Amino acid sequence: MNRARKTFMLNMGPQHPAMHGIVRLVLEMEGELIKDVDVEIGYLHRAFEKHAESETWNNVVPWTDRLNYVSPLINNVGYAMAVEKLAGIEAPERGQYIRTIACELSRVTDHLTCVGASAMELGAFTVFLYLIKAREYLYQLIDNLAGARVTTNFTRVGGVKADLPQGFEEKCRDVFKKVREAVRDSDKLLTKNRIFMDRVDKTGIISKEDAAAYGITGPFLRSTGVAYDLRRAHPYLVYDRVDFEIPVGSTGDNFDRYLVRLAEIEQSLRIIEQCFKQIPAGKHSLDIAEMKNAYEFEDAGKFGDTALLKKYTAKVDQTLEGGGRRQHADVLNASRAAVLPAKEETYGSIEGLMNHFELIMWSWGIKIPAGETYVAVEGGNGELGFHIVSDGSGRPYRVRCRPPCLYIMAALPILLKDSYIADIIPTFGSVNMIGGELDR
Amino acid sequence: MPIDDYVPEGALATRLDAALGWARKYSIFQYPFVTACCGMEFMSTAASHYDLDRFGAGFPRFSPRQADCLMVVGTISHKIAPVLRRIYDQMAEPKWVVAFGVCTCTGGFYNNYATVQGIDTIVPVDLYIPGCPPRPEMVLQGLVMLQEKIQKQRSKGGEAKAA
Amino acid sequence: MSGDAAANPWQGERRESEPAAAFDALRALKEQGFNMLVDMTAVDYSAQGREPRFEVLYRLMKLDLQSGEDRGRVELHVKVPEGAPVLRSAASLWPIADWLEREVWDMFGIGFVDRPKIKRLLMYEEFQGHPLRKDYPITKRQPLVGPASGERPDNPSFNAMRPTVKYE
Repeated sequence: MNRARKTFMLNMGPQHPAMHGIVRLVLEMEGELIKDVDVEIGYLHRAFEKHAESETWNNVVPWTDRLNYVSPLINNVGYAMAVEKLAGIEAPERGQYIRTIACELSRVTDHLTCVGASAMELGAFTVFLYLIKAREYLYQLIDNLAGARVTTNFTRVGGVKADLPQGFEEKCRDVFKKVREAVRDSDKLLTKNRIFMDRVDKTGIISKEDAAAYGITGPFLRSTGVAYDLRRAHPYLVYDRVDFEIPVGSTGDNFDRYLVRLAEIEQSLRIIEQCFKQIPAGKHSLDIAEMKNAYEFEDAGKFGDTALLKKYTAKVDQTLEGGGRRQHADVLNASRAAVLPAKEETYGSIEGLMNHFELIMWSWGIKIPAGETYVAVEGGNGELGFHIVSDGSGRPYRVRCRPPCLYIMAALPILLKDSYIADIIPTFGSVNMIGGELDR
Repeated sequence: MPIDDYVPEGALATRLDAALGWARKYSIFQYPFVTACCGMEFMSTAASHYDLDRFGAGFPRFSPRQADCLMVVGTISHKIAPVLRRIYDQMAEPKWVVAFGVCTCTGGFYNNYATVQGIDTIVPVDLYIPGCPPRPEMVLQGLVMLQEKIQKQRSKGGEAKAA
Repeated sequence: MSGDAAANPWQGERRESEPAAAFDALRALKEQGFNMLVDMTAVDYSAQGREPRFEVLYRLMKLDLQSGEDRGRVELHVKVPEGAPVLRSAASLWPIADWLEREVWDMFGIGFVDRPKIKRLLMYEEFQGHPLRKDYPITKRQPLVGPASGERPDNPSFNAMRPTVKYE
């Protein structure tokens, strides 16, 4: 039969239940077969990078929450690390452990959401309920830790917002039991389920070479068998002190991605448990700059002794006389004056309050030395990088976020070509597209 | 709430609105227009822990023709604004719109070139739930308020939705 | 202290290239085994009064596909003037460059010689200007665009006034 085949166009999205809201696929179909795909993104462009240019260094952190809103803590940490790299400071050890714990909690929520949502789209609603229930317990932990469930705003330049809350370890232990149970149940429900297997096994296959050419990282790349994980490749925080495995797949299909994500949940929980065993006592953030009475500055200045001035911030008496604005503006970040005072101090003492305001207020905030740097962390979807340019002022000159899922979305045409329309749902689900990160 | 409170015996014809409102408020067929971060809290609210189904709103319809409550969850950018308006136009009366999250209420802290400053510049809104994102408890409270509003609604001249 | 390649494993060695030679430099790097284009972005230096205005940077990585190790990174900086496009597209070397170049065009208005009909990636087609340029004010809004199909001419769709709120 040599009949001229006709194709037709099919529009999927932007508002389609399986498109997670905001992606449009224009498909060229030949019957049920997909011949070509055009991916249209940008429906959630919220100008993160532009906003970052108009905020002080610390005020950018809330914006980073909303990049990958399924794992906001990882974004917070990535941004703070990039700024610290530029400033030449490093959070104290306890702060690093707290950051690691926060990152891994977020990674678990990310994977739970991804697996749960894509299972729901394939009809396994029970799994969705189980995993979202498990995520709910983790959200309560994160609420306990950061004060918010989703938009955490947890890190500061030079440390984290606060120390671990009381009894956090015990709470974690309880929650992890429930999470493991939920994961085990889902594993039983899905992994050998014929209906699920038929949808995910050998669909959406990508080769190692293609994945590398498209710049894909994270669980998606690991499902093809490349054990590239930034936590292992360039250990940051305390990942070189904990023992964890990097689960890899072999075929790079949807089923492998599902298995890799499930296995990573367990590894993340293990990392947190080890962190609790190792975490040292001490400060969670760098000290704020050493304070001196404002009149001492004046005296020192009169004697021509200005060399040491930059080391100190002014301590102002309650009459607000002899305010320390000039001195503060000259404080360099390397002198550890980057850190916000603890909330108790902000609310409890005038010095703390003034210090807080000086760091927060428009164009008064911390100053980061001029230069540019790039720091990447392992996000829920892969390499989450921040390229930061500073011109030495109180605001970033440019902040570029490398969004891991943009790269996977760009590869969607080769993932979907010559497969059936029903394969879009598991493939797209395994991409774990997060609009806030994709479109920024 | 027992129907007798609103529909006394022999007065069904005059209290038809109350009966309709009662029926409508416990069978909200929502259309989740999920775009952004608020979707995470929407998922939490809809799933078993907070259980939106207790309020008769647990059944999302992904076709605007079958839905009567448009939940706009997450930031609306200029690019997706036409889509939102079109979906609103496709919904049948009576319909209600919930602005879920501060971005949909006022634009939130996204005061920039790309985002719509409040969806009420595009579609009429019945209920605003602020918060970035709102906690599930807040969403449930909002839902109860929406139910009250639906209950109080009166039909006028064939048009079910009145001020 | 900062920007030191040795202290920063994510950044790698910094190299520079002329815009006309950028494509050849990239191709040479690809032949050396840099198989992954990690990132491509631009910075607008006009607020610092620097000439030429833009700097495009390519971030490359050698990824060992067998062991999964990062065998080194490099970043290539290219100074690009405003106006007629000078850069060549790298999409033939790494397919991801297609989208990244679209984003750079969208956000900065940096064109590519062999992509005359380049399409925006994030903003909509009707958008005027390039938002990440330093001279684009962040709050400068443009009118909302109605549905492309424009179904009903009397549709009270867009740029409608805020509807009067009525209470019972």
